[in-house]
Amino acid sequence: MTGEAEPSERSGRPDTAVGALLKQGEEELYEFAPCGYLSTLMDGTIVRINATLLEWLGLERDAVVDRMRFSDLLTVGGRLYHETHFAPLLYMRGQVSGIALEMRVAGGARLPVLVSSAVKHDSAGEPLLIHTNVFDATERRAYEEELLHRRREAERAHAEADRARERADTDRARLKDALTVLRKALLPDSLPAVPGMEAASYYHPASPDQLGGDFYDLLRLDDTRWVFFLGDVRGKGPEAATLTSRARYALRAAALHTSEPAEALGTLNTVLLEGQAHDEEARHCTVVLGTLEPGSDGGTARVRLASGGHPPALVLRADGRADLLDTPGGMLVGVLPGAEFATAETVLAPGDTLLLYTDGLTEARTGPRRDTLYGEDGLLAFAAEHAPSSPSEVINALSDLLWSFGEGLDDDTALLALGVPAVPGTAAGRAATA
Amino acid sequence: MSGVDVLRRNNVTITGTDEGPTVVLAHGFGCDQNLWRLVAPALAERYRVVLFDYVGSGGSDLASWSEERYSSLGGYAQDVVELSRALDLEGAVFVGHSVSAMVGVLAAQAVPERIGALVMVTPSPRYIDDGDYRGGFSTQDIHELLDSLESNYLGWSSAMAPMIMGNPERPELGQELTDSFCATDPDIARVFARTTFLSDNRADLKGVEVPTLVLECSQDLIAPRGVGAFVHDSIPSSRLVTLEATGHCPQLSAPQATAEAILGFLDTLRRTP
Repeated sequence: MTGEAEPSERSGRPDTAVGALLKQGEEELYEFAPCGYLSTLMDGTIVRINATLLEWLGLERDAVVDRMRFSDLLTVGGRLYHETHFAPLLYMRGQVSGIALEMRVAGGARLPVLVSSAVKHDSAGEPLLIHTNVFDATERRAYEEELLHRRREAERAHAEADRARERADTDRARLKDALTVLRKALLPDSLPAVPGMEAASYYHPASPDQLGGDFYDLLRLDDTRWVFFLGDVRGKGPEAATLTSRARYALRAAALHTSEPAEALGTLNTVLLEGQAHDEEARHCTVVLGTLEPGSDGGTARVRLASGGHPPALVLRADGRADLLDTPGGMLVGVLPGAEFATAETVLAPGDTLLLYTDGLTEARTGPRRDTLYGEDGLLAFAAEHAPSSPSEVINALSDLLWSFGEGLDDDTALLALGVPAVPGTAAGRAATA
Repeated sequence: MSGVDVLRRNNVTITGTDEGPTVVLAHGFGCDQNLWRLVAPALAERYRVVLFDYVGSGGSDLASWSEERYSSLGGYAQDVVELSRALDLEGAVFVGHSVSAMVGVLAAQAVPERIGALVMVTPSPRYIDDGDYRGGFSTQDIHELLDSLESNYLGWSSAMAPMIMGNPERPELGQELTDSFCATDPDIARVFARTTFLSDNRADLKGVEVPTLVLECSQDLIAPRGVGAFVHDSIPSSRLVTLEATGHCPQLSAPQATAEAILGFLDTLRRTP
């Protein structure tokens, strides 16, 4: 003891029964308090320890006092922590409180404890003793470990969610790359230059994540003849895309073997029917295919069309009129063997532009409530308003129109325009593909 | 990063005279530059003394910390290298406590012209026993330490972070810093502990060619006597001094003896140019 005032006197009850009991019990209170007490020299040598702590640790007093240092009571991990944190703190501050350590119990068990220490100095201010108390922290540590466990679980779940999100982003990017490559297989990179004529096209995918079912192409047959087509496969997605690809290459092949547009469509009809012989679901498409015979420089161009169930082509005339190039009665391609296709013919004079489109355009929903179909009449009015227009002008105007539909446009839309320049020699054979 | 930024990042404080050589005091795992408080004044009477905190410790800039850099002692050595450049040190004496002694070895190899001598205070090149080598600990022991860190850092809260970023210019500095002394972000402390206690730098000792003082304590649980002898034997240009002191921090438990040993070593450097 350090000779401080007697606790019972400080209690203010020196003459009462409680005071007497307190006075009697001082030594007992130290020895059997519900916490451990020990005092050490500055080098850690234990000079005093109470019975409670000895009992907790399963040690005999004689084996401890003057024989062990405080750190000898700790587990190895506890000793390392004591040396790197506890002791420096105690030196610098003169006291530390509530440090979690583990003590070694005879027999190999460990006792989680909370330790507080204070340095006692002599009258000259020299540090002499370290008083330490030790609380059994078994329950508290179990609770803390539970908290820690929960926090780690939460952190793990959080990290897992982050990883999943990253994976999803990567997958989406990869899908987008794949779709871009596939889309290139369905549509020409650029349109070939047709001597004495101009061509322009535009493709609006319904969704960046989806392959569309619309297709078009323009190819040279020989020095005087070209073939073009534009179609729409039923449905969307990968199945529609495979059919689109098949249709495009079947038409390219068929066009090389016949100069009759309707015959080319007949070949496609046969190919599609064969392809789906074992399929459960009918796969069909609408197509308009035509041949183009440009005249001599700056002259007129002859167009012959065949249509299989496709919306009528439009011609924007040099004089400001807009005509439907009707092809009534043409049957869907790929539904019935021996299907009949409607044909039509026209001549494009300088300043005239032929426009092919898919029904994404005419079936766009407009109006304030997005409940009115844009329709053939709307398109005809739009064309009349813009006639005369070169192919690139009409494609630009229509692509602006498509953007203006916003969410009212939920289908793929393909546009292809061919025309004879109003001023001879300005033909560029350009493609405007967005 | 500019020199000024480095000084701010590592919370560098400079005291003492303009006398050379400069003495750099580096703290080890656990606390910060305040660990040198009882020794620095004696050195500052005769030398220029530089104190700093490694990034992640004490008053350093925690935002500069990254697990990648500070998962190897090379990252801590890089702090020293950058600091020696920022201060344009030449032939400085690097005094490293505990793990910092090994950081000093790595830094001296990286910038030999800047670090002219080493004082290794209670060093250990490897804490875990390995064959005939007695580091004093098993792998299991070290994992126990990491667990001890976990249980104590439950009480650490992010609210302490601003307090740790003490401003050295403020007069109440003393109390402020001792309050936050040894408080470290638990994630950072875990990485530092792992890097410290799982590293093996015995091979690096062979590369030390500068005059070196190995300072050990007679009773040290973390770096037992045999380890000090091992370090001394591995560095031909070294002297070994055993302090009659208990614990791993002689600069706290025996500050006067520690300061005298360092000053004695600095005297020998002056005599042999």
